[in-house]
Amino acid sequence: MPDITKHLQQQISEARNQGHKLAIVGGGSKQFMGRKINAVQLDVGGHTGIVDYQPLELVLTVRAGTPLSEIETALAEKNQMLSFEPPCFGDRSTIGGTLACNQSGPGRPWWNSVRDQVLGVNLINGKGEKLRFGGQVMKNVAGYDVSRTQAGAMGTLGVMTEISLKVLPRPAITMTLSREMEHSEAIRFMNARAAEPKPLSGACWLDGTLYLRLSGAHSAVEATAKHWDIPVMTDGDTFWRQLRNQQLDFFAGEQPLWRFSINSSAATPPLKGPWLLDWAGSQRWYRGDSEMATMEALAEKAGGQVSLYRGGNRTGEVMHHQQPALQTIQKRLKHSFDPDALFNPGRLYSWL
Amino acid sequence: MNTDSKPLNTAASKPGKTELAEMFRKFIDPQFVITDEETLKPYECDGLSMYCVMPLLVVLPETVEQVQQVMRLCHQFAIPVVARGAGTGLSAGAMPDAGGVVLSLAKFNRILHIDPLARSARLQSGVRNLAISEAAADYGLYYGPDPSSQIACTIGGNVGENSGGVHCLKYGLTTHNILSVEMVTVDGERVMIGSDGLDSCGMDLLALITGSEGLLGIITEVQVKLLPTQEIARVVMAGFGTVDEAGAAVGGIIAQGIIPAGLEMMDSHAIIAVEAFTGAGYPVEAAALLLCEVDGTKEEVQEHIEKAEALFRDFGATSIRTSKDDAERALLWKGRKNAFPAMGRISPDYYCMDGTIPRAHLGQVLNEMQDMSKRFGLRVANVFHAGDGNLHPLILFDANKEGELERAEAFGSDILELCVKVGGCITGEHGVGVEKIRQMPMQFTDPEIEQLNAVKSAFDPLGTLNPGKGVPTLRNCQEYRAINAKPQAPEVQHA
Repeated sequence: MPDITKHLQQQISEARNQGHKLAIVGGGSKQFMGRKINAVQLDVGGHTGIVDYQPLELVLTVRAGTPLSEIETALAEKNQMLSFEPPCFGDRSTIGGTLACNQSGPGRPWWNSVRDQVLGVNLINGKGEKLRFGGQVMKNVAGYDVSRTQAGAMGTLGVMTEISLKVLPRPAITMTLSREMEHSEAIRFMNARAAEPKPLSGACWLDGTLYLRLSGAHSAVEATAKHWDIPVMTDGDTFWRQLRNQQLDFFAGEQPLWRFSINSSAATPPLKGPWLLDWAGSQRWYRGDSEMATMEALAEKAGGQVSLYRGGNRTGEVMHHQQPALQTIQKRLKHSFDPDALFNPGRLYSWL
Repeated sequence: MNTDSKPLNTAASKPGKTELAEMFRKFIDPQFVITDEETLKPYECDGLSMYCVMPLLVVLPETVEQVQQVMRLCHQFAIPVVARGAGTGLSAGAMPDAGGVVLSLAKFNRILHIDPLARSARLQSGVRNLAISEAAADYGLYYGPDPSSQIACTIGGNVGENSGGVHCLKYGLTTHNILSVEMVTVDGERVMIGSDGLDSCGMDLLALITGSEGLLGIITEVQVKLLPTQEIARVVMAGFGTVDEAGAAVGGIIAQGIIPAGLEMMDSHAIIAVEAFTGAGYPVEAAALLLCEVDGTKEEVQEHIEKAEALFRDFGATSIRTSKDDAERALLWKGRKNAFPAMGRISPDYYCMDGTIPRAHLGQVLNEMQDMSKRFGLRVANVFHAGDGNLHPLILFDANKEGELERAEAFGSDILELCVKVGGCITGEHGVGVEKIRQMPMQFTDPEIEQLNAVKSAFDPLGTLNPGKGVPTLRNCQEYRAINAKPQAPEVQHA
């Protein structure tokens, strides 16, 4: 596939000259996230392709519009994987959108997040300049870590064109254990298991059932399953795939979906309605109507933050509020990358 | 847009040393406001003593409120502030500013809370790295990043430098192992970045702060993740006849699907020096040596050790020794951990470089370094994190011999240039500081440098936090490029 970086730079320059705002769109699978904005679409979905893949280095460099499915197929051929298990919301989910929205799946507490696995990015700033930060090596402290700062910035700092990532070998074997368990006991149990030196790679609770995933060397997984003495679930891989891609029944329906990122061992906020506990309790999903301010207070009590992930009112704020001093810094950062506020204005916060 | 900077007093009203010290003494215990030459002396440099500057004065606040007041005062008068932890940095990142204040966080040494169930610890920024794991050990937990200086270095400094260590191949760098920081901004605001959760909303400021070398704010508190202590760890030591074979074996083990807890390499100069120093039983006839540690459950470690031994044989290992117990494991690591002091036996001085390269180029880069060694007439020993491609060439020289220091610096610069040429970077874990600021234009273009400076301005519009470090100005970049970024030194052709 052709490199369309110059074309993107041209479009950015034109928008700058004409005073247009730009909505960056890759595969369009995460349009439901963030705030609604009114801007001209900048399509980066055509900027695809694996630029470099060195399995022995555990490093992959891809264009930002590359679909996750294409990347995962190439990695699977070398028995490797994107360890952060990005959610795929259809075939068009791209690696750029995954990083911009900081999306990671069930293995995140053990295998790191997309943010953690980023080694470098190429991006075009609001002046149309092509910039490169980070690189393709595991350790690099030259300059500020602009690459990881893209995680969760939702495209407000620039248009990512290329991303280098650390990849990992696929585990030799995966096994899922499950048993019925009450909600609060599950929180304690998941955290206690996560504190043991065992090959845990997933811990989730839903509808009165606890799910634990073990991944690693055959001997270690089998010995741990025996030691913990929890029934083995058949077809556990399907459960984790549906969890990762938000295809479980829990995620269906019209009720607003809230995401709590909190202390893994905190008591779940007292809200009536269905909960799904993932990441050993660190990521909790709640479905129900509520006010942002109420949810923020509950999240803070649990040591973390909340966002209105899907549905609900997307013209108001959907992300946990920022302290005034941090708000000032983020405004200045935005200005430093994008002085004319071209990219995704208001997508992350109304004031950004 | 509103940048919200408070108006400053004019330069004419800037207080002098005595006046400023009096201002600080109004809210800091007077004995912790240091102004006399003799007591200031230990603060004139960090671990890289070739760069020394006496600060105007040093303050050792005891509370966050005091740090805030220091920052407010300094911001008001545009006085430079350099934060300092244990001073173990190796790139002159904590070198003082002659007209500025050194803000020591030595008093911030309390472990505030350990949450064993959530596997995290909240610490003041002056807590020593090793003290975290010692405190967490009661719960079967430890803190992952283990820089070589972990006995002395502090968690605040680790955040500033994004420190790693032997185990970061598997367990990550500081940036992968922290949840939040409490920071005082340049104008004295106290902010919390991150939370108890694994991520937070908005721009990832935690990523920017980590590795920012004290240029963006003063870190007063850090919340770290803790990991379960593994059931068992064993180490395989393998000697090779060539560095190319050892380099290939590094890639080979990763290709097997094994991520070692540590994978370290030494070349022959280092092996000989270290063996003479520690008597750990290293194969002195080998051209290169690998130390490969595998940890996990008993079953997993047994399986992976067998695979590693077989693989090293396949890659031509001339000797293999595997630890049978923790005592032997400690012995095999003893040499690696004492490698730097061991160099003192074979050279009066050494200059430790820090660059990272893609692992595939290990053999090529090590061989090219030996060619450079002949050209500059200086020996180079290598002890490094092979699994991460993070090199630490030790250039051996004698500072008392005229021109050797300059040749060592020029040699180091060429090594970093080579690292960038093969796709790597100029600093893996030591930071840019003052030492490598001349090499930044090797890795970054002018627009990139300009963007990095703009990031700095978002946090520190007046540029008073650790000025002159980390990122050069564009004008300096052009000057460095004009002189090819290298310290000027004659090359020596060996007979």
